[in-house]
Amino acid sequence: MKRTGLGILAVAAWVLSSGLPCHAADAIKIGYIATMSGPGASLGTDILDGFKLGIKHCGDKLGGLPVEVIVGDDQLKPEIGVQVATRMLEKDKVDMVTGIVFSNVMMAVAKPITDQGVFLISANAGPSPLAGAQCLPNLFTVSWQNDQTHEAMGKYLQDKGVKRLYLMAPDYQAGKDAMAGFKHSFKGEIVAEVFTKINQPDYAAELAQLRAAKPDAVFCFYPGGMGINFIKQYAQAGLKEEIPLYTTAFTLDQSVLQAMGDAALGLMNASFWSPDLDNPVNKKFVADFKAAYGRLPSLFAAQGYDAALLIDSGVRAVGGNLNEKDKLRDAFKKADFQSVRGKFKFNNNHFPIQDFYIRQVVKNEEGVLTNKIVAKAFTDHADAYCDQCPMK
Amino acid sequence: MDATLLLMQGLNGLQLGVMLFLMAAGLTLVFGVMNLINLSHGSLYMMGAYLAASLQQQTGSFLWAILLAVPATLAVGMVVEVVTLRKLYDRDHLDQVLATYGLILFFNELVRMVWGPQARFMALPEALSHSVVLFPGMRYPAYRLVIIGVGLGVGGLLFWLIHHTRLGMLIRAGASNREMVNALGVNIKVLYTVVFGLGAALAGLAGMMAGPILSIEVGMGEPVLILAFIVVVIGGIGSIKGAFVAAVLVGLVDTFGRVLLPAGVSSMSICILMAGMLCWRPKGLFPAHG
Amino acid sequence: MKRPLPILLFGLLLLVPLCGEVFYTRLFSRIMIHAIFAISLDLMLGYGGMVSFGHAAFFGAGAYTVGILSLHGVSSALIVWPAAVGVAALLALPIGALSLRTSGAYFIMITLAFAQIVYYFAFGLESCGGSDGMRLATRNTVGGWAGLAGHTVYYHVVWGCLLAVFLGCRRLVGSRFGFVIGGIRQNEARMGSLGYAPFGYKLTCFVIAASIAGLAGALIANEALYVSPSFLHWTQSGHVLVMVILGGMGTLLGPILGAMALLLTEEVLSSFTEHWMIVLGPSLIVVVLYARRGLISLLPGRREARADAS
Repeated sequence: MKRTGLGILAVAAWVLSSGLPCHAADAIKIGYIATMSGPGASLGTDILDGFKLGIKHCGDKLGGLPVEVIVGDDQLKPEIGVQVATRMLEKDKVDMVTGIVFSNVMMAVAKPITDQGVFLISANAGPSPLAGAQCLPNLFTVSWQNDQTHEAMGKYLQDKGVKRLYLMAPDYQAGKDAMAGFKHSFKGEIVAEVFTKINQPDYAAELAQLRAAKPDAVFCFYPGGMGINFIKQYAQAGLKEEIPLYTTAFTLDQSVLQAMGDAALGLMNASFWSPDLDNPVNKKFVADFKAAYGRLPSLFAAQGYDAALLIDSGVRAVGGNLNEKDKLRDAFKKADFQSVRGKFKFNNNHFPIQDFYIRQVVKNEEGVLTNKIVAKAFTDHADAYCDQCPMK
Repeated sequence: MDATLLLMQGLNGLQLGVMLFLMAAGLTLVFGVMNLINLSHGSLYMMGAYLAASLQQQTGSFLWAILLAVPATLAVGMVVEVVTLRKLYDRDHLDQVLATYGLILFFNELVRMVWGPQARFMALPEALSHSVVLFPGMRYPAYRLVIIGVGLGVGGLLFWLIHHTRLGMLIRAGASNREMVNALGVNIKVLYTVVFGLGAALAGLAGMMAGPILSIEVGMGEPVLILAFIVVVIGGIGSIKGAFVAAVLVGLVDTFGRVLLPAGVSSMSICILMAGMLCWRPKGLFPAHG
Repeated sequence: MKRPLPILLFGLLLLVPLCGEVFYTRLFSRIMIHAIFAISLDLMLGYGGMVSFGHAAFFGAGAYTVGILSLHGVSSALIVWPAAVGVAALLALPIGALSLRTSGAYFIMITLAFAQIVYYFAFGLESCGGSDGMRLATRNTVGGWAGLAGHTVYYHVVWGCLLAVFLGCRRLVGSRFGFVIGGIRQNEARMGSLGYAPFGYKLTCFVIAASIAGLAGALIANEALYVSPSFLHWTQSGHVLVMVILGGMGTLLGPILGAMALLLTEEVLSSFTEHWMIVLGPSLIVVVLYARRGLISLLPGRREARADAS
């Protein structure tokens, strides 16, 4: 009996001992929450790589303070996200939280984190409720509002005069948001709007229906592995030459292009960023990222990089005094840093107002698939929800 | 839906079914012969795809990649059997579930550490990357026809193996009476290792065939695993014939469900099929053991 | 006292909030909720011999009951929690009745199929945020009192629920019903010929287990203040199955130990390395191979306490 009791006590002691707060003075602790294990982990790794490069470029410091980054894995489950956030706030006593890849995790953790007076810098997820009525003073989204990128492609196709369009997306919230966003700016005829099962591997049946419908063009949203499957099969079915396919950066980003191969070559997609964006910050970012990690950066890495630069600018503005929350918030709001996307500013809801481009997949001089800007879709584009946000 | 489209979707359903059969055949063999529930079957599928992708990169040839990756997955399967699963045959099904679940976690993480978190690419062989005109107004990707052919061929080969060879006889005998096979002077341990390896090679082959169509990524095996289990159960555990019929059935129901039903309902179509089937035939279509 | 181990365990659990760290209070709340969930599965699995791979359906049903009622402004725990239990039980009745036509591996798969149907239903539930799920503004109240919002208070409520479930189940398995259900597990035909209709007993066991899972679901929704389809995913069913087998099925203490061991290991490992699964996976295999009756068999003098001593 005693042995058991001791055993349980030992476990308890072991767990508790790892949790003693050690709050070093004049340093900044940043919690990085993302999906880091299992399927769906590649974005989290990409953003973290970009974020770390950002810290390095700020002299291994942020705002003049030494940095400690604590990585937490949300396992793509909202309730685990809440648990990790609680650990970071209560045990690690982080000064700020960043990362957050998926919208469902964001919706679960945004309020608990910001309610504690801690700043949350979203490096990816930008769900519409948090841009509209439920916007939060301590949340800054450095990436985009979920709909924005799709609106850009809608605008482009509207301007191009495409008449009959076929829409395809996975049947989940982000897929529905993408189609809704696209239709904010595309007003032509929608031949059909097809929602496929989430994580469906094979699209042969849907592609046969698509071909039979004979639309002028297709707009789709298939992020990650789903996109790899979809794009490969679209090309293999011989549809690429028949019906032009348009999409957004999430389907054709650097992180998935190599796995698609030539099936992706020539396809058009909308994005706020591209590796060939012509500004000095971006050139340095792309070159150094390639040198450090041996691959071209994805837009997710770019977002992680900008998150670091934003934190650096805010902390610098308050002279490293992290307790001056109001001043820090004002400093973040100013977004006084040189973004990889050139100019950058926050809207009243703390989501970016930014330009959007149309990119095309090409092969660079080393034969590596990448994106190149071919047109501009929007200048200073704000999201559709900012009016509903009560913040000024 | 006109006749051409109907035929096209029928082919799509058949092709999906044949892919599922490759997965389910190994699963049902191992399940029926060794009475082992192997959740890590999907990991072997994933290993097959990753190995083939790497070998294709090395050799530059699709055919070589397949020819080398099949024995490689066979070997991986045999190692797994000898190191862990061998000790689990006389255990409770639940112990097997837990241990093979552990294997899933292990393989997923192993693959991520070795090959990295980004998805891998496997190219179609040039000769198969176009569409074939089956008859005027109907084109079908050549590679998918090859999948159908390979699947049917492997199915036929398995039938022959099980019903007309000594190995098949031992497999059938081992499934019903282990001691008897032992008494015949056959080393049952070796037999089991061979059968498991065979199942692994089939799973690996399914992964390799899927490689050029699908994204090769961590966790790609789990959704297929669930579908394969559904096939095994509908067909009747241990029955190759049942697995084949059920696989084609599932392929067709899934394909036509996706086309004809609204998205929310079509996601459930396979589950509804299985639940209905099992309410009707609680031991599957072709129960192997009476 | 004959049973010092449960008393020690529940006593130690009372100490957790004293360390004053909200994180541990919440972590152990989550662990205890999963322990309730695991005990409910073990009731079917270890005592009833029914291996369900769809137990998350009832867990999720409980959680979604909290979510849906909160949309309609119902926040009293005295209404919501019994409703969650009731919804889970109502759902279990048809699922159980149909599933029990099968047995063995077929039962595993048919319960999975039904759970997936429920999962896709929740996935498409627009009013609850669809696949993203929905955030709850506050925890449930008790007669207008909002004290459950405090993590320490809530911890004690969960502790009380776990104790009640533990004691309730102990009575249940020690009752005539418990003996019959155990007899059916070991030899269904014999119990049938003794005049006990196995179907009715098994279905009752299935429904009781599901309703306890519904309670656990209501508790987890209140803990995380979030309701999402991930509660219903088949991996959740697998996860709780692992807890039960890991801890030792056919005992009531085993699932609690299993829930603790698995969730603590995940928590500790994942804060060390993102590759934590490569450690967890083989550890599970080692436990299966060398602790044949789960972690509980490692405790001294526990072997005879297993339901099937055979």
